[in-house]
Amino acid sequence: MESTIRLSVTRWRPDKSTPPGQQEYEVPLRKEWTVLDGLNHIKDEIDQTLAFRWSCRMGICGSCGMNVNGEPRLTCGAFLSDYAPGPIRVEPLANFPIARDLVVDMSDFMKKLPRMKPWIIRDDDALLDGDGEIDGEYLQTPEELDAYKQFSMCINCMLCYAACPVYGLDPDFVGPAAIALAERYDLDSRDHGARERLDVLIEHEGVWGCTFVGECTRVCPKHVDPAGAIQRYKLKAAQQTVKAFLLPRGMR
Amino acid sequence: MSEDAVVADHDVLLVGGGGAGLRAAIAIAETEPGLDVAVVSKVYPMRSHTVSAEGGAAAVIAEGDTLDEHAYDTVSGSDWLGDQDAIEAFVKEAPRELLQLEHWGCPWSRQPDGRVAVRAFGGMKRMRTWFAADKTGFHMLHTLFQTSLKYSGMTRYDEWFVTRLLVDEGRVHGVVAVELASGRIRAITARAVVLATGGCGKVFPFTTNANINTGDGMALAYRGGAPMKDAEFVQYHPTGLPFTGILITEATRAEGGWLLNKDGYRYLQDYDLGVPTPEPQLRSMELGPRDRLSQAFVHEVAKGRTLDSEWGPIVHLDLRHLGEKLIDTKLPFVRELCLKYERIDPVTELIPVRPVVHYMMGGVHTDIDGATPIAGLYAAGETACVSINGANRLGSNSLPECLVFGARAGRAAASYAASAGPPPAAVAAQASDEVRRLERLLGTPPGDDSVAPIRTEMQTTMEEAAGIYRTGAAMAAGADRLRELQERSTRVGIWDTSQSFNTELVAALELANMLDVAECMLASGLRREESRGAHQRTDFPERDDARFLTHHLVERDPDGSPRVSELPVTITRWQPGERVYGR
Repeated sequence: MESTIRLSVTRWRPDKSTPPGQQEYEVPLRKEWTVLDGLNHIKDEIDQTLAFRWSCRMGICGSCGMNVNGEPRLTCGAFLSDYAPGPIRVEPLANFPIARDLVVDMSDFMKKLPRMKPWIIRDDDALLDGDGEIDGEYLQTPEELDAYKQFSMCINCMLCYAACPVYGLDPDFVGPAAIALAERYDLDSRDHGARERLDVLIEHEGVWGCTFVGECTRVCPKHVDPAGAIQRYKLKAAQQTVKAFLLPRGMR
Repeated sequence: MSEDAVVADHDVLLVGGGGAGLRAAIAIAETEPGLDVAVVSKVYPMRSHTVSAEGGAAAVIAEGDTLDEHAYDTVSGSDWLGDQDAIEAFVKEAPRELLQLEHWGCPWSRQPDGRVAVRAFGGMKRMRTWFAADKTGFHMLHTLFQTSLKYSGMTRYDEWFVTRLLVDEGRVHGVVAVELASGRIRAITARAVVLATGGCGKVFPFTTNANINTGDGMALAYRGGAPMKDAEFVQYHPTGLPFTGILITEATRAEGGWLLNKDGYRYLQDYDLGVPTPEPQLRSMELGPRDRLSQAFVHEVAKGRTLDSEWGPIVHLDLRHLGEKLIDTKLPFVRELCLKYERIDPVTELIPVRPVVHYMMGGVHTDIDGATPIAGLYAAGETACVSINGANRLGSNSLPECLVFGARAGRAAASYAASAGPPPAAVAAQASDEVRRLERLLGTPPGDDSVAPIRTEMQTTMEEAAGIYRTGAAMAAGADRLRELQERSTRVGIWDTSQSFNTELVAALELANMLDVAECMLASGLRREESRGAHQRTDFPERDDARFLTHHLVERDPDGSPRVSELPVTITRWQPGERVYGR
């Protein structure tokens, strides 16, 4: 007989008054199956009503983040066999409102992201030829690329928000992924927007909320190191604050 | 329809937020800033399948390369079925589009002096493929998405699933869509609509494609009255991981990887693809086109020269001689995927691979500006068939295609929208019909049947009928089977009674879309009694230019059955000839 493993899965519907609860399912324990494969087995063979997000199943689209045994994971990269003999507790990502079952509401991040101005800001005109067409690339050496590359690897999977104790307590905190993206553009040799982003981050709960727990970096499936980005920003922000005290506006 | 059934009215509505959709949206925002633009997508834009593209994006920039050579490679790669006017426009505009992405921040891999680097790719006679290591699609998509955030006037309907186009008297006026979070069903009206929903790999059981690639835009257009073009041409990528179907990029071979059969023999030399050399040769051996490489695999299976795995026959992709440094610099994602999903390290071990459904050359019939025969309706990217890919797409042409034709479709849609009038009253009645249809579907009591078994049968049927090699008999049997599955799918009830994130409802609607696209594939394939590119028939093994140097259009008859007609291929400068690789 094929061996199985038990998944204890969070169920919740916004239109019912019952609080979220765990439902148990027995799924085949196969060596190449991930937690996501287990959830799809439930959906296709046992219970069509289970709701969860997924798409690429190769760790790049960022859809399938959930808390697995209390730890934020991409379920497409979490193998059932690593949790044997189980049971495995599968819950929606922590620190977010639940929308339904394993689906969380991530609209807060989507609202905060544009405030970071995560796009190239130039203080000159683009390289254009006489016809207004783009005339060549901005040069960027491999070393200049390496300076920001790590921070460009973020897939917006939200695991770092689920792991961040500060975000859990203070939803005004911009949060690890958004700050890492701000740093990604600041460090890009083609960008001139660092000051604008700092102005945003220096205010309110921007970067100051972070107490440097470092959980964000630990759970990041793409090794982005958001905690490092936040520390760099704190330094920049502190320097800026000192300048603001000492120098007249035009010289900051 | 009551007023509150219409959520909003826009000038241009993009359906799909991947490479083509976002490029179109930005093109409109830049060229016609006064227009009201909205993007509706069933996922957050950065989840779109563009994110999974690995190897690169082709465009002429390197010294010594020419637009004519890129055009010729694409024409011959297409087995002369690509439209040469579209290909000429494509190769001309591709460099400018990739430079634009560079200016928007895409982290292209670089040469030591800071200029953009290029790599070799299958079927290309020059090194012209730009790359961001082996996560090119990921970086392009996030660059486009983040850049799109600059345009605060752009409306986004994230996680809304479009169920129908509103078409009246040959003009499109918007869509009906379900907001997944709330279950609300609403009409979103617009002067012009651009379909950019990507491909349809999930029609097959074994595919590199993501769960979301269910041919939604193709089916929406088809049911709205626009033809599907060249639907028989489905690309099998030669190197997928055996169980998951996860793509191992062609860039592995561009960097010097070898394909080995069970004897450790570089078997491609037996299939008129050139002679093996230690260093990769352009348009030769492992750098041949995907259709020919996947076909060679089938012949190796027949000769008993492949290896058996739990998941069927496999061959090996050998990267060991490339060394750890090169793999970590240029193919880090490949290493990560192999370690995670195969538990092997390509630095020291062979990668098991087999051909896997990867890309749909066919799609919604459009002209060179993305316009479909329905006024106001445009399509771009994998959803569309312009056609630049003909019977076989070359690796690294699809990402620039999303940009070039996304931008073109966006600009054309903007210009159309600027002069189009408001939606007629008939549209409201159509929207109400659609709302009732969906409510009826949700209210259907569940019976013995459900989405998953029908979907599985469809996938098995398509693998048997429309694989790398096909026959008329198998395709006809498959078409019969699809008709039964269509019938069964209309009786599927929905167990899930929740309004919020009713993913069972979405799966039922996606299944209906896939069944329509699958029917088009087989109807078109049955009509093509020849072998060309990715459409290989053992009962008609030769290319037949006299009869079939033509596109196929599939239209939906009122009774729902597919009707096939022909459309001439545009030949400008390259008369049909032999496809020569490796000699």
